[in-house]
Amino acid sequence: MNVVAALVAVIGMVIVVWFGVGVLKLYTLFGVLVPYAALLTFLIGLIYRMVNWAKSPVPFKITTTCGQQKSLPWIKHSRLESPANNFEVVLRMALEVLAFRSLFRNLRADLRGRKLYYGSSKWLWLGAILFHWSFFIILVRHLRLFTYPVPGPIKVLDAVDSFFHIGLPHLYMTDVAILAGLTFLILRRLVDAKVNYISHASDYFPLFLILGLVSSGMLMRYFLRVDLVSVKEFVMGLATFHPKAPKGIGVIFFVHLFFISALVAYFPFSKLVHMVGVFFSPTRNLPNDNRRVRHINPWWEGVPPKFLTYCEWQEKFKEQLEQAGQPIDEDCYKEKKS
Amino acid sequence: MALPKRDELLKDVNYDRMPSKHWMDTKPEFRPGTYCYAAEPSVVEDLGLPNPRKWQPHDEDWKLPPNWKEIVLNAIKDRMERFRSFKLFMDICVRCGACADKCHFFLGTGDPKNMPVLRGELMRSVVKGEFTRSGKIFGRLAGARPLTYDVIKEWFYYYYQCTECRRCSVFCPYGIDTAEITILAREILHEIGVNIDWILKPVRFSAFVGNHIGLQPHTIQENIEFLLDDVEEITGIRPEVPINKKGAEILFVTPSADFFADPGIYTFMGYVLLFHYLGLDWTLSTYASEGGNFGLFTSHEMMRKLHAKIYHEAERLKVKWILGGECGHMWRVVHQYEDTALGPAPKNLEVPKSPITGTVFEHAKSTKIVHICEFTADLIAHGKLNLDPSRNDHLIVTFHDSCNTSRGMGIFEEPRFILRHVCNNFYEMPENTIREKTFCCGSGSGLNTDEYMEMRMRGGFPRANAVEYVHEKYGVNRMACICAIDRAALPTLMKYWVPEVSICGVHELVGNALVIPGEKKRTTDLRFEPLKGVEEEA
Repeated sequence: MNVVAALVAVIGMVIVVWFGVGVLKLYTLFGVLVPYAALLTFLIGLIYRMVNWAKSPVPFKITTTCGQQKSLPWIKHSRLESPANNFEVVLRMALEVLAFRSLFRNLRADLRGRKLYYGSSKWLWLGAILFHWSFFIILVRHLRLFTYPVPGPIKVLDAVDSFFHIGLPHLYMTDVAILAGLTFLILRRLVDAKVNYISHASDYFPLFLILGLVSSGMLMRYFLRVDLVSVKEFVMGLATFHPKAPKGIGVIFFVHLFFISALVAYFPFSKLVHMVGVFFSPTRNLPNDNRRVRHINPWWEGVPPKFLTYCEWQEKFKEQLEQAGQPIDEDCYKEKKS
Repeated sequence: MALPKRDELLKDVNYDRMPSKHWMDTKPEFRPGTYCYAAEPSVVEDLGLPNPRKWQPHDEDWKLPPNWKEIVLNAIKDRMERFRSFKLFMDICVRCGACADKCHFFLGTGDPKNMPVLRGELMRSVVKGEFTRSGKIFGRLAGARPLTYDVIKEWFYYYYQCTECRRCSVFCPYGIDTAEITILAREILHEIGVNIDWILKPVRFSAFVGNHIGLQPHTIQENIEFLLDDVEEITGIRPEVPINKKGAEILFVTPSADFFADPGIYTFMGYVLLFHYLGLDWTLSTYASEGGNFGLFTSHEMMRKLHAKIYHEAERLKVKWILGGECGHMWRVVHQYEDTALGPAPKNLEVPKSPITGTVFEHAKSTKIVHICEFTADLIAHGKLNLDPSRNDHLIVTFHDSCNTSRGMGIFEEPRFILRHVCNNFYEMPENTIREKTFCCGSGSGLNTDEYMEMRMRGGFPRANAVEYVHEKYGVNRMACICAIDRAALPTLMKYWVPEVSICGVHELVGNALVIPGEKKRTTDLRFEPLKGVEEEA
């Protein structure tokens, strides 16, 4: 049900574009207005999201410590798993964001009779790495369409990505990798009983959307060839805010453009914000230096706690204290008099 | 509520078989042994908490206030405004499922709502359904649902089926911490008077008497005298235990269970023998007589209220620094909350410095509170203790990392360093079950009550399973830990799953091994159990 809804939504998009561009010839709407609106939604939405998070304070330093704390000088502390200062936090975050450190820890638990077994389970990590890194490289690679002349590093990236010179135009490795990653992530949601049970339509939707995006891009490059010169001319126009109505570009290009527009517009309002959110995560982005550096909670600072003070307690248990021979603090009475 | 036999308990558990119904359509069954009783009205009233009344979770009608929905929604909004963690964790979960089989309650029940991701989703779905337009439009497709009476019951059931152990947060690629969600969910439920007795009773005693079971000052002293009688009989030495001594150098705060509950009392014997050996200038307080803090399982405000007495007492007694005993959630509070909630530390406190080794505990220079394992490890490293580890030769020891001190502090090496010096037989449990990946005892966060026994045995199963492994492989018969709830809960867990293994604090083993000038020849350990070799001699 969830899968079908997500799939229908994505197929629906193809139909809309095909009808809108292919039949009604709404080039300006799909080529100019939609992408700009999407970009604007993305920027405003994302800024709103970040500002909204930032508006709530971080009242406590609740680092999840995944390694030895820094305590005695002769005990080696874990700089990456239990960072003791901000520099080490940056290292920890870098490892988390660039290499998915926590996902790399993943285990699989199996129950046989009444014995539990744990196995290493790095498939999710591998799938996630393939998907995210390929996506990132593909995005960067696309800069060749937005720049003139194309900067050297992007040319190099392009050359490396198509290093094996398979087919013509040369097959990009990242195209294969992202397809593999996406397929794995989708299949996992369908096949793994636990993950299947927790998946919403909104978990399948972005996967199908990106699959559509990737497929349309690959179709365009390898099969339904579009005129690259026109595409670049059009994209450069968009990028320099001098959009020109595109001419002579196949519908497939507009499908691709619509998918990316949908993705960026959807981004700030969905779970996809994890990309930015991870940087805000207080269990990862704070050092484990709690006893060394005081963390301030804005809504408690200057608000003293209410509790049973010693003198109140002493009044209550004076008899027992005296009987047991425990000292009575005379200061409690002095303070009262003065 | 007969507890099923050990081999029967898990027979229906299957991690790969999910219910045919969508999780939003299933309801918890309040079956005896799987939920905790509600707090008595008098307790709720004394603490000034909302909606005191007679009710039980298995009742159809929970007698919630008429405007319960409004209260809950406002409470959620308030927490979102005050806790970035909460707001963020509601937004960024991608349901990758990495956490799914990391929770001990999931591993012990196979109940999908015990997968941390779904536990979070119980709240997330309501946040989406009540506060976002897309949630209202797309509903279940977006994982959103409205807040209903049944949701409240479900929250109660599952947020008291999480021990705030944070194991899932280690595996989460975004560090989403279910403990944080559970802490706040419980806090929100308290606003409509949904609570449990086993937590609020100790909270009341802590608030009005000073410790969990309401030990009054003279009773604490009497208990300690009994323990000292035993210490004297075993070692020939009667250490002094200074009480409420003004001007002492160190205030020692430990969970009150160490004063009266087996096996914590043996840990306490270890502490006092150590302090006697060192000639430490210390004091205990019968006012700040509780390191544990069930307030943490109630609300942030309650945690602060109960913990305030420690700095307050340190100031009154004019001590120089504070030494903290072995306790899990006490140390979560001390390490991650105390300085923020109650600091800066009173002015009379100084940066802790070991009077024996001269080590300055720089890492505690702001809170001025040192963990006893840090203190003792430093002593051993400087060769200040005369230890005879063979006195623990009758024990084959493993070490259980407590959740809070592991994932909320990172104290891994200190206790191990101590153990390697005080006993000859020390074996680690499998690596996926220790250190940051350690498993909860199954009874943490105020769930160590009898009426909850089935769930405790289920939740403790992954821990017990690892113990059984080292028991079978190395003959382990003793598990050391640094947590009072562990010392209360693990013996019951072991009795059920691995009856050959007993539980102790690390400092009990220190007390056994410590060779004290002037002591008599020891023939038993601190539990009056004969030392190895002694039986044969006799």
